[in-house]
Amino acid sequence: MFSHIVLSLLIWVPMLGGVLALASGGDSNADRARVIGLITAVVTLLLCVPMIVGFDTNTAQMQFREHLAWIPAYNINYDLGVDGISVTLITLTAFTTLAVIFSSWNTINTRVAQFMANFLIMQGLMIGVFAAMDSVLFYVFWEAMLIPMYLSIGIWGSDNRSYASIKFFLYTFLGSALMLAALLYMHNKTDSFSIIKFYSLKLTETQQNLIFLAFLFAFAVKVPMWPVHTWLPDAHTEAPAGGSVVLAALMLKMGVYGFLRFSLPITPDACRALDWLMIVLSLIAVVYVGLVAIAQTDMKKLIAYSSIAHMGFATLGCFLIFAIVKHTGSMPDAYMSLEGGMVQMVSHAFSSGAMFIGVGILYDRMQTRNIHDFGGVANRMPLLATFFMLFAMSNVGLPGTSGFVGEFMIILSGFKADFWVMFFAASTLILSAAYTLWMYKRVFFGKVESDDVARLTDIHGNEIIVFSLLAFATLFIGVYPEALLKLLHASIGNILVLAHYTKLLAV
Amino acid sequence: MKETLYYTSLAIILAPLVGATLAGFWGKTLGRTWTHRVTIFCVGVAFVLSLFMCKLFLLDKFPTTSINIYAWAISGSFHFNVGFLLDPLTAFMIATVTFVSLLVHIYTIGYMADDEGYQRFFSYISLFTFMMLMLVMANNFMQLFFGWEGVGLVSYLLIGFWFKRESANFGSLKAFIVNRVGDFGFILGIAAILDYFGTVDYQQVFTQAGSMSHHTLSIWPGAHWSVITVICILLFIGAMGKSAQMPLHVWLPESMEGPTPISALIHAATMVTAGVYMVSRMSPLYEYSQVALSFVLIIGASGALFTGIIGVVQNDIKRVVAYSTLSQLGYMIAALGVSAFSAGMFHLMTHACFKALLFLAAGSVIIAMHHDQDMRNMGGLRKYMPITYVCFLIGGLALSAIPPFAGYYSKDAIIEAIHASNVPGSTYAYYCVLFGAFITALYTFRAFFLTFHGKERMDENTRGSLKESPWVVWLPLVALAIPSTIIGFIVVGPILYAKPSLLGSSIFVLPSQNILQKMAADYHGPWATFLHAFKTLPFWFALSGVVVAWLFYLVYTDIPAKLTQRCQWLYSLIVNKYGFDDFNQLVLTNGTTRIARWFFYIADVKFIDDFFVNGTGRVINWVSKMARMSQTGYLYHYAFAMIIGLLIFLGWILL
Repeated sequence: MFSHIVLSLLIWVPMLGGVLALASGGDSNADRARVIGLITAVVTLLLCVPMIVGFDTNTAQMQFREHLAWIPAYNINYDLGVDGISVTLITLTAFTTLAVIFSSWNTINTRVAQFMANFLIMQGLMIGVFAAMDSVLFYVFWEAMLIPMYLSIGIWGSDNRSYASIKFFLYTFLGSALMLAALLYMHNKTDSFSIIKFYSLKLTETQQNLIFLAFLFAFAVKVPMWPVHTWLPDAHTEAPAGGSVVLAALMLKMGVYGFLRFSLPITPDACRALDWLMIVLSLIAVVYVGLVAIAQTDMKKLIAYSSIAHMGFATLGCFLIFAIVKHTGSMPDAYMSLEGGMVQMVSHAFSSGAMFIGVGILYDRMQTRNIHDFGGVANRMPLLATFFMLFAMSNVGLPGTSGFVGEFMIILSGFKADFWVMFFAASTLILSAAYTLWMYKRVFFGKVESDDVARLTDIHGNEIIVFSLLAFATLFIGVYPEALLKLLHASIGNILVLAHYTKLLAV
Repeated sequence: MKETLYYTSLAIILAPLVGATLAGFWGKTLGRTWTHRVTIFCVGVAFVLSLFMCKLFLLDKFPTTSINIYAWAISGSFHFNVGFLLDPLTAFMIATVTFVSLLVHIYTIGYMADDEGYQRFFSYISLFTFMMLMLVMANNFMQLFFGWEGVGLVSYLLIGFWFKRESANFGSLKAFIVNRVGDFGFILGIAAILDYFGTVDYQQVFTQAGSMSHHTLSIWPGAHWSVITVICILLFIGAMGKSAQMPLHVWLPESMEGPTPISALIHAATMVTAGVYMVSRMSPLYEYSQVALSFVLIIGASGALFTGIIGVVQNDIKRVVAYSTLSQLGYMIAALGVSAFSAGMFHLMTHACFKALLFLAAGSVIIAMHHDQDMRNMGGLRKYMPITYVCFLIGGLALSAIPPFAGYYSKDAIIEAIHASNVPGSTYAYYCVLFGAFITALYTFRAFFLTFHGKERMDENTRGSLKESPWVVWLPLVALAIPSTIIGFIVVGPILYAKPSLLGSSIFVLPSQNILQKMAADYHGPWATFLHAFKTLPFWFALSGVVVAWLFYLVYTDIPAKLTQRCQWLYSLIVNKYGFDDFNQLVLTNGTTRIARWFFYIADVKFIDDFFVNGTGRVINWVSKMARMSQTGYLYHYAFAMIIGLLIFLGWILL
């Protein structure tokens, strides 16, 4: 029906909703802003339905293409299109935003209209990132997205928010400056900003390496990969719960999306040459950051470090493919590693998002995130404890939850690359259990020790709805991951082909 | 027929899940009575259908059937299905699991009667039954891992069931993490299987096992190891975690913090035997690796003896039974090491009956003692609780392998098999399990005499209220006491020596290693085996254990204290469990935390964040401050700078 503009709708409907929310007035009309936010988020999620239903899973071609000239002088176009990867991430964005709006319903009471507008506009921009097929358009969305996130930390954050928001902004902004340089360089070569055109651009080894490194800095900061990860714990701690959710569930995914959309297809030979670097950095994220998470005393920091460790799996999945194909000589063997990376991203969005909401609920009632201030919460909030246990188990990678699927696929692929890669990757089984369940034990189990805990009341209404949605998603992907994988097969296959196709110029 | 099997197996699996869901989500609405009715009904359905499976596969010898339910994931060249493998081993195991589970469900009505988490408890044990059935019925390694970790989860939840107790929370966390260490090995094993066999489906893997036996892989440069050996040892590390074999046994004693029904169900009869089941299921792999079999044998036999010895010095009645579980698991594992898989499974089944019986009887004692578990406060309970007394005695006799009780037939077969075997390490293993027979009887009857005989050492209050437990508690005891007495006598022939044997096609043994077949020549029926006992060493070892326990704890009650004093170092070695716990706590736990702190405070905060990230900011600040200083705004500063500059410039040109 409107499949030719569905992507535009997905981008602009939330933004329009955001503007409407802004116009709804001050905090005296807070409920009006909330309702606008909710309706917009629901409509956006519903808009994903025609996208998924109409999506042809048998082809890796970009679908739902839209093409308008934007700045013809430089051949910059308003060019949209999606493959299975984008469809997945766009749906995830719509889903997460709805969860954020639900979860902020009672907790945000100041500047409600601005808050709703902020998150709706951010949603539109993020969908734009995943749908853009023109690299300038991509870059605009990519950078614009930082502003609402910066504002959400700076305005609704906690005590040390200005330090964290500036650190976040500078870090990610510096990263993308190098990416812009790479894009301009390729524009010079192709006379176009079309991402698809970049795929067929021949590049020498040096050119590829430089472009790869430029991209790497932009994307590694976003993921974040060790050692450019230290902005994330600060940003997470200071951000409001909704901000943390978007940050963990969506913004981190941009980095891996960048690797899939840009690095692997555009600079395949550099990726192959430098895959050891990516694998080592990913394993450091899994092992070292996993250990660092054990030492945390702040719940949000702990989940933030756990996020870095889990994203290490996603990047590992992306860059294991070369070693796998080299070892087994067969391309289909590498599917599992890339698809595992994708599943890991989706699953991490659910589990970490849900845990941030949970911590947000506790923070809202106790005004502290310090693990030592809790203990025995399960006595007062059995429902929250039950939900949190499920998401903790997903974080731990328990089979039956979504957290298992990605890790399982990547660890199993890892053996094909190298025994030791898999050995270190699998250590997450022990580390994630240690930090997640130790935190759970100290927060939820035990006797009620403090009066603040004794006064807690269990979750209700919207909070239950949010958790139920996330719990359903977690279990569904855990029990039937093929539903998600079906969307991905063709597109992942395409990326594998592109990544294994050398584009070195014959010298 | 396949259709019938399809729906029957689905019903077996899903019935407990339905029960768990109803009890978990709608427990409040259902109320206590309906919660236990619903869950017991669901598990009962699973049990009855399991009996049907037993008839079909064990008696009618229906051929092995593999059913795929749905495709869980298809990725590139790999397929992961959810499905069931139905064969004698599966039927045998699901019948054991659902039987014990059903009785434990009934027993729980009495044991948890006053607990506020009544519905939650029923939900958990039904969920456990579901997970265990998934583990057992799986037809592929992915699903096996699902069940494997699933039972671990429920075990974690149930050990920490009374989450207000610090010790329970410590125990549950420890159990989960130690099991995860095992699962670490397990998942590497599965990955290796997928890498070399290209599939995780049991049957496809097994058919390739023979041809894979000559392949090698190198983990260190230069070292070439047999693929099968590496896979088997990695998988066995998983079994060491789940079946609590040394050195991953440390979690099981702590698991006794959970309510007693789950100690019986999970930590005695079913979950902890998953490792034994897994190795038996993988017999087509293990048979091709002599190294792995020796490894299994030595780990198992060591556990059988050394953990048993710890049981002798325990004063908590549940811990005695827990250590005896560790020891008996060692026997089962050791049996697997000499390719006597059927004997291991046989002991698994008899053990499930008599150990569940002992735990539930101990629980009955604990109810009477108002949740005091210290045997030093018991004694003389015989006259207050006659049914429990008799049941505990039967369980104890079976555990001590006194003929004709069930444990005798299974354990004697294991000891004989190890004696007859030539696997490297079997001599050591034989002495371990032989001496273990003495130790088993010693700790069992020590507990028995301390609890039911001798002086009544409880306080007056407790004594006044001592009485036999209600029927929901003793009925399961009786129901378990019957098989604990007779099942060995009945099953020993068919399962061990018949041709084809009860587990038939499920177990694969190379003809050259078929120890049970060699022993079959000397088998002349259960009666002959019964009489044969009096001519064999293990029986006299066991009997002397009983006698020593009687002498030490009823007749000359001052001997144990004197012995303790005389051999202080030995006693403290045993009481400290050979230092495993201390090592784990001091070296592994504290070491990891220390490294974690160092990584965080030094490497992450100080070095990366402060030195590099904020350091960059500081340098920029400093440079701009310097630059700012030159912009003072005073004319004479600028004039002075100009003159200096001019002088230097001129000097440069002139010189």
